[in-house]
Amino acid sequence: MATQLADPEAKSTAAPEAVVVRFAGDSGDGMQLTGGQFTLSSALAGNDFATFPDFPAEIRAPQGTLFGVSAFQINFGSTSIDTAGDAPDVLVAMNPAALKTNVGALKPGGLVIADTGEFTKRNLEKAKYDVSPLEDGSLARWQVLAFDISALTLESVKPFGLGNKEALRCKNMWTLGLALWMFDRDRQPLIDWLNQKFAKNQVLADANVAALNAGHAYGETAELGGHVKKLHLGPVPTPAGLYRTITGADAVALGLVAGAQLAHLPMFFGGYPITPASSILHALVRLKEFGVTTFQAEDEIAAICAAIGASYAGQLGVTSSSGPGIALKGEAMGLAVMTELPLVIVNSQRGGPSTGLPTKTEQSDLYQAVYGRNGDAPIPVISARSPSDAFDCAIEACRIAVQYMTPVILLTDGYIANAAEPWKVPDPATYQEFPVSFLAEKNAGDTLLPYKRDAKGARPWIKPGTPGLMHRIGGIEKAVDTGHLDYSPANHQAQTDARKAKVDGIAASIPAQDVSLGNPGGKLAVVGWGSTYGPIHQAVGRARAKGMDVSHIHVRHIWPLPANLGDLLKGYDKVLVPEMNTGQFKTVLRDQFLVDAQPLTKTSGQPFAIAEIEAAIATYFDGVPGNAGGDDVPPNEQQLPSVKAVNP
Amino acid sequence: MNEMTKIAATTTLKDWETDQEVRWCPGCGDYAILKAVQRTLPELGADPANTVFVSGIGCSSRFPYYVESYGFHTIHGRAPAFATGIKLANPELDVWLVTGDGDGMSIGGNHTMHVLRRNLDCQILLFNNEIYGLTKGQYSPTSREGTTSPTTPLGSVDRPASPCAFALGAGARFIARGFDVSKNLPEVLKAAYHHRGAAFIEIFQNCIVYNKDRFEDFAAPKGAEDRQLWLQNGQPMLFSKGEKGIALDTEKLTLKVVDVVDGNWQAAGVIVHDVTNRSIAHMLVEMPFGAFPMALGVLYDDPRPTFEAAVMAERAKATAGKEPNLAKLLAKGQTWTVTEGGPDL
Repeated sequence: MATQLADPEAKSTAAPEAVVVRFAGDSGDGMQLTGGQFTLSSALAGNDFATFPDFPAEIRAPQGTLFGVSAFQINFGSTSIDTAGDAPDVLVAMNPAALKTNVGALKPGGLVIADTGEFTKRNLEKAKYDVSPLEDGSLARWQVLAFDISALTLESVKPFGLGNKEALRCKNMWTLGLALWMFDRDRQPLIDWLNQKFAKNQVLADANVAALNAGHAYGETAELGGHVKKLHLGPVPTPAGLYRTITGADAVALGLVAGAQLAHLPMFFGGYPITPASSILHALVRLKEFGVTTFQAEDEIAAICAAIGASYAGQLGVTSSSGPGIALKGEAMGLAVMTELPLVIVNSQRGGPSTGLPTKTEQSDLYQAVYGRNGDAPIPVISARSPSDAFDCAIEACRIAVQYMTPVILLTDGYIANAAEPWKVPDPATYQEFPVSFLAEKNAGDTLLPYKRDAKGARPWIKPGTPGLMHRIGGIEKAVDTGHLDYSPANHQAQTDARKAKVDGIAASIPAQDVSLGNPGGKLAVVGWGSTYGPIHQAVGRARAKGMDVSHIHVRHIWPLPANLGDLLKGYDKVLVPEMNTGQFKTVLRDQFLVDAQPLTKTSGQPFAIAEIEAAIATYFDGVPGNAGGDDVPPNEQQLPSVKAVNP
Repeated sequence: MNEMTKIAATTTLKDWETDQEVRWCPGCGDYAILKAVQRTLPELGADPANTVFVSGIGCSSRFPYYVESYGFHTIHGRAPAFATGIKLANPELDVWLVTGDGDGMSIGGNHTMHVLRRNLDCQILLFNNEIYGLTKGQYSPTSREGTTSPTTPLGSVDRPASPCAFALGAGARFIARGFDVSKNLPEVLKAAYHHRGAAFIEIFQNCIVYNKDRFEDFAAPKGAEDRQLWLQNGQPMLFSKGEKGIALDTEKLTLKVVDVVDGNWQAAGVIVHDVTNRSIAHMLVEMPFGAFPMALGVLYDDPRPTFEAAVMAERAKATAGKEPNLAKLLAKGQTWTVTEGGPDL
């Protein structure tokens, strides 16, 4: 939709509705920072946007290598944006390796901006190019704008007397300046930010501002071969209010703080560094004034055990990790189930198994969350669909944990954790409080019954330090009511049933499943969970615009599932479940509702492209224009199960 | 322990007994340790409502079920981590940690190390019976070389770990040793209780089923005088009714046993025990039994600020002058306002 951006022959001079830009460079080139600041400028211009930071697991991979490329993609525009975009319209490639690893994704006719200063013999070799792609015609499908950004940057910062290495670090600001010019953005917020960032080193601040201005001026005055036109993307019509940008990790942190406040509890967060979950701990350590205690434990197990200990002592225990760390926490999660203590466990999923793809996204820990413990150990599971949704999901996880005296798993993923989107700042006063009350005296006359359940099946929360309520809990099966050790057959049956009934009963406290887009019934339901929300929503919207009878359902409560979901799904002829795993939620839906859910799977470490889901929907409707789901044309059922998305 | 509890309750041994049937094997050393603890707690003025016993898994870890206080029987090896969460959530609680040689030195070695390194204020009772009792007699990380067991029918080939040496190496500021039936055990428990910070006590415990009388070589009443060195702060390191003592071999920088003639220990160069001397503590925990007596009592006691105190101090510093305002927090950072007509920049 935005190819006219780079097309000198384009007849239409109207601005596109949305543009996808990808900045790519060495992991030391500051691409994430460039992208982040460009995102901020998009927000300030009133655009809607979604971002996708895509970086290597290595902190500083050897310079110029293919595996060391770090990229940041942003989709922004004057229309509602749900995904980071399929194919970029513009690729900024800071070196040959960045070009090689990213140009394939660029739209035909898209614009490549390359820094010729980095296309040296040595860098070309490192990127496994025999000949410079800027010279051999291999980029003919795209518009190429190649100039020596390195030299232009050095020239622009000359007056500040920086060393060569330091001066070249300003390249990203020069590039950002050019991008700001291309999209008609105000430079001042960036200049303010640079002055603040380098407040202690005015020379560096000045140099970076000079580079930014030089890049901007270059766009304005230089001969750019007519390739690039200045574009102005108008603001997107959004509800009035105060907005900010937010990443999923920050949203989880803020949601946990809000959840603890709504429960009237101090929060204890036990964590151990792991990608991509660490940023939640980073955010929370700075929020001590909200009654947050953070504890960087010696390992994942200690992190959850300390959190359970804190819950036992009367705080809201929280732990967070990614798949491998969650695996280590499994036994302790079982103890929290057995001792019926509140606990929130956040899993920022990444590609697995084992170490897998630490910095890439996947949804393959769903089985682990729902089924992954020894014994019958039911734990409620919630999934966030976007960075801003993670805020509400974290609150919901806290609510369920304290109201039902249970551990709760909150699933996000690497994409949600790192991606940013605009967020309408919520008013905390609009959230319903769920204050906790601790048992203050014996609950059965002269007797204390630590495992006496309330109507919801929850046992009382009893803080050590409370006079007269001394009792013992632990991982051994607990006798009904008294909580004493009890291995007897009837008791284990009763308590297993009670634990299951308690968690199943949570379904009564969650909202009925709605339809995100479309109708409650029809030919095809595309059912998603987690971060696939954006691409599914867009794909279903496009298919519906073509007349296809398809609806989008997005499930937040993975376990227990909303009570009406089974009936809702039975109202469709077919159910398609796109997910970034080999079909895990599909299995849960089949198991719970006996529906013929079909998988659409992708495990490339990259989010779904809209086009991939659109293609799968089209396949169901036979893909023939005009046959778009009309009643006279039966869908081609044979093709559906074979659909498998490929890495774009 | 903490200051708050010093003024606390008046209790008797009976107040610390639960109504639960004790399920250890008859004759198990754990009974003696339980009694010693239950007898000591009233003397300390401890308050059952303010006391938490935390344990892992193993015979020793059943301990909390038998003490009328708050108790948490957790998972294998992880009791120190639970204790850390409990103490950080409520530093006023008196936390006792009960573990064993398998629980604390094998599966939970990592957590034992870190709770000591951090110096969480708690008492750590490590029951060392040199065997896995609850799983029916396999050798443990403290079993002596050549221990025959179901998993080592030809005798174990790996060398044992020394819990006290491990604890000292991990940075512990209080190290003590005792054994189950010793009449001195309550005094050791009291010293541990009065130490602010992680107090590590290795308690040799007789597993009468799988490792019977393993410690008789020094614990047997007969000949105890020659085989036990009970350390007391400010007192010379004497044993064998004062006829022998421990001196420093200044050439080799090791300890040595010396004869004391006519009670003149000074002349024999016997060391006066200084519980704050970390160098001597290193020698005492490594002192090989046989050539030397078994070092018992408080080997080392030199407090440092506790972990939870440091965390609370950091919190006070970080929150000074800050009002928790959630609405403000949510609206932090660079924001923009959208009005009905579009953004207002």
